[in-house]
Amino acid sequence: MAGVGLGPLRTMGRQALLLLALCATGARGLYFHIGETEKRCFIEEIPDETMVIGNYRTQMWDKQKEVFLPSTPGLGMHVEVKDPDGKVVLSRQYGSEGRFTFTSHTPGDHQICLHSNSTRMALFAGGKLRVHLDIQVGEHANNYPEIAAKDKLTELQLRARQLLDQVEQIQKEQDYQRYREERFRLTSESTNQRVLWWSIAQTVILILTGIWQMRHLKSFFEAKKLV
Amino acid sequence: MPRLGYAQRWAAAAGRWGCGLLALLLLVPGPGGASEITFELPDNAKQCFYEDIAQGTKCTLEFQVITGGHYDVDCRLEDPDGKVLYKEMKKQYDSFTFTASKNGTYKFCFSNEFSTFTHKTVYFDFQVGEDPPLFPSENRVSALTQMESACVSIHEALKSVIDYQTHFRLREAQGRSRAEDLNTRVAYWSVGEALILLVVSIGQVFLLKSFFSDKRTTTTRVGS
Repeated sequence: MAGVGLGPLRTMGRQALLLLALCATGARGLYFHIGETEKRCFIEEIPDETMVIGNYRTQMWDKQKEVFLPSTPGLGMHVEVKDPDGKVVLSRQYGSEGRFTFTSHTPGDHQICLHSNSTRMALFAGGKLRVHLDIQVGEHANNYPEIAAKDKLTELQLRARQLLDQVEQIQKEQDYQRYREERFRLTSESTNQRVLWWSIAQTVILILTGIWQMRHLKSFFEAKKLV
Repeated sequence: MPRLGYAQRWAAAAGRWGCGLLALLLLVPGPGGASEITFELPDNAKQCFYEDIAQGTKCTLEFQVITGGHYDVDCRLEDPDGKVLYKEMKKQYDSFTFTASKNGTYKFCFSNEFSTFTHKTVYFDFQVGEDPPLFPSENRVSALTQMESACVSIHEALKSVIDYQTHFRLREAQGRSRAEDLNTRVAYWSVGEALILLVVSIGQVFLLKSFFSDKRTTTTRVGS
């Protein structure tokens, strides 16, 4: 009797756990769809010594049931991060749900690319993948409740720590802006130089070719006895 | 159907209540967050993003085109029923705030289908609800002390500073990409034009010579 009584209880318990799991894993994040072998890249323009944390979760499209399966084991995502010079900073294969972290050592455009290379997908022609993605940069990447617990900070101290982190991020961004402005200025000055040299060179070439043309034609016509 | 014992009935009721409560929690506008993403939009492509939003949540979508062509993109925001909340063609930068009128999946798409060969880099910032509070038990009724409210206002001010910095960085990236384009174009064009000039002037002379070097020359002075 106890066994039969617990049956509906078990299903309700499972449903409750599913709802809780959905809540806990942040089912309310931003998501998008990608194809089987499609590669999606995102750009993060960040100053140096900045930490970036990315969380993702994938769901596969089930063609028969026309619904996205809640979680598919065996689904893998390859994450590749390149720094502004094109050097690969991170290149790893994660499961269907993963979290990647990297810290920038050069300021500039970092490229984060995701693609699925799961062999199971090959069976479903035209399969889609739903990817939930969340990228946090700098101060947003800090987990304050964890920091408070680890360093045993009071509420006020934690708030002060958050403000300090924010101000540090602003400072880094200002430094990066100074570096960018310098590059911009160098580019503009180089363009200015090139235009100057080019206009002088053009005029010289024009005059020289004009002189050469006239002399050559004059000697040609003299040879032909037309002049 | 065998009668359930008292404990089982209580547990079943608790389970139902628990489910109901969780379902209610999912519907109540809770702590949201912001998603800031920069991505590349190839030519003739359209990319869509989705988010599940609870009713009553105030959301803001802000986007800016960083590089590519005329720095414009089509943007479209739809609610769960497919009704278009926001639609703009060929916009460089815009910000749109709305309150979610119903629960469900909201979809916004960026389209570069009008462009034939320029791919664009688009930045967007989708803010849903308020940022998660610093302390999990933030919803307390007691008022904040003066120090704490000062901290909160400084935090909000610094957030807006970071936001302005981001927008400044994006505009500066636009300007810098144009300047770098100009620099490469001037380099290639100057070399190319010098070559063309040389080729054309030498070619002219030889062409002219070829006009005069056919067999029957009409004007030949006869030497005496």
